[in-house]
Amino acid sequence: MQKKGDTIRFAQPPGIVSYAAVGGKKEAEGPLADAFDLLVTDSRCGEKTWEKAESDFARYGLETALKKARLQPDALDAVFAGDLQCQCTASAYTMRGFDVPYLGLYGACSTMAEGLALASCLVAGGMMRHAAAMSSSHFCAAERQFRTPLDYGGKRTPTAQWTVTGAGCAIVSPDGGPPYVRGVTFGRVRDYEITDINNMGAAMAPAACETILRYFEDTSEAPEAFDAIYTGDLGLVGSKLLLQLLEQAGLPLQNHKDCGLIVYDRETQNVQAGGSGAGCSAAVLCCHVLPALRAGQLKRVLFLSTGALMSQTTFLQGESIPGIAHLVELSATLPEQNEKAARQTDAAAQAAGSPKRQKHAAGRPGAAAEPGPRPQKQPGKEGAAQ
Amino acid sequence: MNFVWAFLVGGAICVIGQLLIDLTKLTPARILVTYVVAGVVLSALGWYDPLAEFAGAGATVPLIGFGHLLAQGVMDSVAESGLLGALTGGFTAAAGGVTASLTAGFLAALLGQSRDQN
Repeated sequence: MQKKGDTIRFAQPPGIVSYAAVGGKKEAEGPLADAFDLLVTDSRCGEKTWEKAESDFARYGLETALKKARLQPDALDAVFAGDLQCQCTASAYTMRGFDVPYLGLYGACSTMAEGLALASCLVAGGMMRHAAAMSSSHFCAAERQFRTPLDYGGKRTPTAQWTVTGAGCAIVSPDGGPPYVRGVTFGRVRDYEITDINNMGAAMAPAACETILRYFEDTSEAPEAFDAIYTGDLGLVGSKLLLQLLEQAGLPLQNHKDCGLIVYDRETQNVQAGGSGAGCSAAVLCCHVLPALRAGQLKRVLFLSTGALMSQTTFLQGESIPGIAHLVELSATLPEQNEKAARQTDAAAQAAGSPKRQKHAAGRPGAAAEPGPRPQKQPGKEGAAQ
Repeated sequence: MNFVWAFLVGGAICVIGQLLIDLTKLTPARILVTYVVAGVVLSALGWYDPLAEFAGAGATVPLIGFGHLLAQGVMDSVAESGLLGALTGGFTAAAGGVTASLTAGFLAALLGQSRDQN
């Protein structure tokens, strides 16, 4: 494991064993409908409240991911989960039904990348065997919590975004993959004094810009090395702003995509500036990005979830909206240079005779001491890796 | 001709509201309150009464008309029963409208259910 600046890169990238995405009615009418593992067109899921329905969406997500990995819940060492409801209740109430350690996260819409990054760090560090990252949101629960009651007949502004009703869940393990989590960059809070709760893309764009710039500075990678750079839910307004900010910073992006613009068809679905919500990036990651990586259609991507960190109280008090963005670097293959670096470390350790380094080197893939060997890669595939 | 003027004046008042929604960041709730207060002020200045005479329902039905009604009620009541009328006049005059909206709200809450906006 190597840390430079805010970026952590894993010597042994953990893999994502399974992933699942659940969507609601609007998602079922959108362009990704076929990709979801489960679509529930009853926004209430047969429950009495929207909040309970959101917990159901999250539960379906976790159950489906476990089923796809052929794991029992007790195989999980931890679930990192979060949502948009006050005090993170959708996730906490979901976890009533799973007898598994639970870590509630509040990163607003950035929760999926935050959870996946934390899970990957703990798995890569050898502290956990299986860790799940999960995030959910529900249009109705979010709308009435952050904006206005559902019955209120106000007109939506063109910069407003539509909260995704759905959930995404990914399970990380040292033996899993592809896809692999190659590295993570934890974001810093950025506030550009945006106070309009109907323009959160603009509030989050500076944070996304910050994290992207830090990642490229820390790693000396070039944006062209990636098939795509996904942001969570900047929407139309925030995406334009991000590209402008990056261009000003001297890093123009050609391969930027936004999950909020992928999940809905803006032309026909009346969602104004696109999708948003903690479930937006989670669901798009799990039904669109990860499957493409597993199938080899994408080789390397950066995945950022962006969050707006206000509460309904701070909003009413006229406070501006702070933004945050966490980044996860994903790849379809294990990197060749990783092997090279490991060999160098090995050689250096032997030269220095440091027992600690030797121990570390012994744990790398292919070493004799490796207890649970990861699936052997095809030599050709290895050669093709970045 | 009465109908035409009512339509034109009422329509113009609503166009202003629509422009406020489209061109400013004012929330609908703020625009509603602005309209009522504007009605009170215009009426107190004596400017709204001639418009109401001229356009009839076109001027009294939009929300500015409600502000006008409150102001007129207060003025009438003060003239009739002194300063205490400032407290009672507004709601006395608006009793019909307020009770109707309360009843309609109650019935809607009883019969309606909060739903997805899909």
